[in-house]
Amino acid sequence: MNQSQDNVILDVSDLKMYFPVLRGLLRRKVADVKAVDGVSFQLKRGETLGLVGESGCGKTTIGRCVLGLYRATAGKIMFLGDDVTALPEKKMRRVRKNIALIFQDPYSSLDPRQSAGSIVGEPLKIHAMVMTKQEYKDRVEELFRVVSLDPSMANRFPHEFSGGQRQRIGVARALACSPSLIVCDEPISALDVSIQAQIINLLEELQDRNKDLSYLFIAHDLSVVRHISDRVAVMYLGHIVEICRSRVLYDNPLHPYTRALLSAVPIADPFIEETRERIILKGEVPSPLNPPPGCPFHPRCFMAIPECSQAVPPLRVISEGHEVACIRV
Amino acid sequence: MSKEVNLKPAPVKNTRHVSEIRRFFKVFFSRWVVVLGMVIILFFIIAAIFAPWVAPYNPDKIDMNNALLQPSKAHLLGTDSLGRDTLSRTIYGTRISLEIGFFVVVLGSAAGMALGLVAGYFGGWIQAIVMRFIDTMMAFPMLILALLIASLLGGGINNVIMALAFAMVPAYARLMCGQVMTVRENDYVLAGRSMGASHTRIMLRHLLPNCFPPLIVMMTMMLGTTILAEAGLSFLGIGVQPPVATWGNMVNDGRQYLVTNPILSFAPGLAIMLVVYAFNMVGDGLRDALDPQLRGIL
Amino acid sequence: MVELLRVNNLVTQFKTDNGVVKAVDGVSYYIDEQEIFGLVGESGCGKSVSQLSVMQLINAPGEIVGGEVIFEGQNLLKYAAHGHEMRSIRGAKISMIFQEPMTSLNPVLTISQQLTEMLILHLKMNHEAARKRAIELMGLVGIPAAERRIDDYPHNFSGGMRQRVMIAMALSCNPRILIADEPTTALDVTTQAQLLELMKDMVQRFRASLVIVTHNLGVVARYAQRIYIMYAGRIVESGTTKDIFRTPRHPYTMGLLKSIPRLDEAEGTKLVPIDGLPPNLINMPRTCAFLPRCSWRIDKCFKEPWPELTPVNGNHFIRCYADTKEVRP
Repeated sequence: MNQSQDNVILDVSDLKMYFPVLRGLLRRKVADVKAVDGVSFQLKRGETLGLVGESGCGKTTIGRCVLGLYRATAGKIMFLGDDVTALPEKKMRRVRKNIALIFQDPYSSLDPRQSAGSIVGEPLKIHAMVMTKQEYKDRVEELFRVVSLDPSMANRFPHEFSGGQRQRIGVARALACSPSLIVCDEPISALDVSIQAQIINLLEELQDRNKDLSYLFIAHDLSVVRHISDRVAVMYLGHIVEICRSRVLYDNPLHPYTRALLSAVPIADPFIEETRERIILKGEVPSPLNPPPGCPFHPRCFMAIPECSQAVPPLRVISEGHEVACIRV
Repeated sequence: MSKEVNLKPAPVKNTRHVSEIRRFFKVFFSRWVVVLGMVIILFFIIAAIFAPWVAPYNPDKIDMNNALLQPSKAHLLGTDSLGRDTLSRTIYGTRISLEIGFFVVVLGSAAGMALGLVAGYFGGWIQAIVMRFIDTMMAFPMLILALLIASLLGGGINNVIMALAFAMVPAYARLMCGQVMTVRENDYVLAGRSMGASHTRIMLRHLLPNCFPPLIVMMTMMLGTTILAEAGLSFLGIGVQPPVATWGNMVNDGRQYLVTNPILSFAPGLAIMLVVYAFNMVGDGLRDALDPQLRGIL
Repeated sequence: MVELLRVNNLVTQFKTDNGVVKAVDGVSYYIDEQEIFGLVGESGCGKSVSQLSVMQLINAPGEIVGGEVIFEGQNLLKYAAHGHEMRSIRGAKISMIFQEPMTSLNPVLTISQQLTEMLILHLKMNHEAARKRAIELMGLVGIPAAERRIDDYPHNFSGGMRQRVMIAMALSCNPRILIADEPTTALDVTTQAQLLELMKDMVQRFRASLVIVTHNLGVVARYAQRIYIMYAGRIVESGTTKDIFRTPRHPYTMGLLKSIPRLDEAEGTKLVPIDGLPPNLINMPRTCAFLPRCSWRIDKCFKEPWPELTPVNGNHFIRCYADTKEVRP
């Protein structure tokens, strides 16, 4: 690729994550759930890459693999020069200073027995960022302010905050050690609609302030992903089927699944809605235990031909920054 | 730049923010039964500490002339078959019973919780091995188990404590393991890992406090069981040896005279009942006071 | 247009330890024959409770304390909640489908038992006729191999399939009105699209009316002909879909539209969140519930109780004192 390689902070190549299904007394492996089946992408410094797809597509699993929370079955994940898939747990803990995770559920992602200040400051303690008590307090206060929370509430417990505020606590915690990459795993889907915008704006603002902060934004809501991401990767059953710039995603989607996905998302505008292409897919998402042969999407695809069932189509570059995994495109 | 939006939490009630310690005591003492329990426990502890001054007679003094007396002014709870004053023995018995109860519960729960924590957190073969071991131990009735161990170690109060503590470990371990398995599914545990927390930190800082409450309840319930178990062991001659007075001992000794001198069993029995009740209430109060979400009660 | 249902000043409240929550505080609307209307609002606005009240499915500590529900010339609220009249209306004349397909079906009964129950009870069919009709219905809602699958249990079906079964059940007795309460929130986007299309087709086929209760403005933009927008237990804006989206007039509606990302938005669009937090419904003041968050507020809003619904334009009503036709601040 032509881009400067030292600008790439995350380089995933051919990542595979299979979860064995164990049966019987001796817990013998009978099958694999192929959650992620050969995924490759790169993330540059300061960029936001959106991973979007429906349930079972593997996007959350990728997020966890990047953090080393799952040990990848195969493939490489290079983060700032370290191969996450090969690092032992102890070394991985140090790498985790530089990658943070924001969770979907603002209710279960905060320890109900820890005060908000203690939650936000925990990464500082874990990574023994050398500091005096006062420095620690100051840093926690600063983090609260950055996410627009009143620092005097640091003594309160999670249940005293609203959902949106808890999510802010989660963001503050993620920022504690000034990471280079934040993996956002469905950070707003559990929030009220009128609060979602607050959190989206907060995330964008953090990137405005810190040009080196990258996000891997994982969500199923295509509108949100497109809004916040620079580039979007559409996933289906463990594979990336299309990657492109977010503007291109709406203007020129190429993969049939992407087109179907786009048409399935209603836009809050009845006049536009009347003019949109309506693609209704047949059937349901197959189980990752038993993926179809060849292209994972072909049984539901309106453009499928017999050749589609023969091999998994690789991601091909169609134009600058636009890759599609489909033989019909 | 973002403006400082007014993000004070929407008040559910008009609660002031009270400091943690004050809140703890407020919740703890908010129920009268808990206070009653504390009072009873304090009463017994004082009785135990000041036994030599409080007890009217020497508990070991044998006086065959005054054996099996009914309660009277001289002997408020009568005397037993060897002429020893029941009231004094009950008071002195407080010491032993509380001591045994305390150490057994503390040792047993500490060991059990540690095992359960490790087993539940790591899962996999560690959990399998530990839990199979626990299951094996649980296949024996607790008393038999304690019996086995006590008979190996011999009698005497320390050995009784070890034996009973050991016999209680499986119950705690299993409860703890179950709790951990539930709690570890929460995202905040995953958050801990994703921050780079070590296993120890996650277990002690996140899992233990959240798994603890049911354990407290179990600990207080086990206190009564311990006292009674001790009685069983003493009856079989493996527990605390006579002439030391323990409530368990006394209940057993009094069984022969249940019709003629019921007070011999009832007095220590009542003591057991009061202490067990008191600890149960206090345990409930502790569990509620330790729960940050019960702020709303204020 | 023939009017099927009219709700006048419905009030439903919940008595809690902390005070009274007026979940529905004077809601009035009507449903015409063969129309699709949307009831929109975020969680806690009272949209679900209002529909449950119409069906008299409110249990203690909730209580319907005022208003009328006129259906087929009778006030439904006059009937006992568990009485024979309400039971003959529920399922047969007015049906409801719920959000969670996982828990709406009884896990220990077969689909056949659950589907035929409705038919036998309301249409007095015998067992064979009911079974035949049930299989037909399953085919209509797009469940393949219906004869075989009718004897399966709910857990043999995926979420999307279960929701189809719910739709089949709801339509089995030819109801006049079908109420869908957040019917697709728990499902994948493409499945959502399938089911919403199905519901639209079905109500057209059965000549029924559809009430879609949702927080998703896109869904109502696509399907609904008329919309009611709720906030804190009251309707704040109502009108035809096109009117409301072309010229939203209530500050809440306007705020909401500006704060949601649109799939087709231009690059670099900024979201404008609604300030503040969702309202606390306990012991609400008499003034407008949206006041703390409103950027249109005028003096009158602080002094007067919440205004009545006033027309701004034909069938377009809002509940607001400010003149929201000006350019927004």
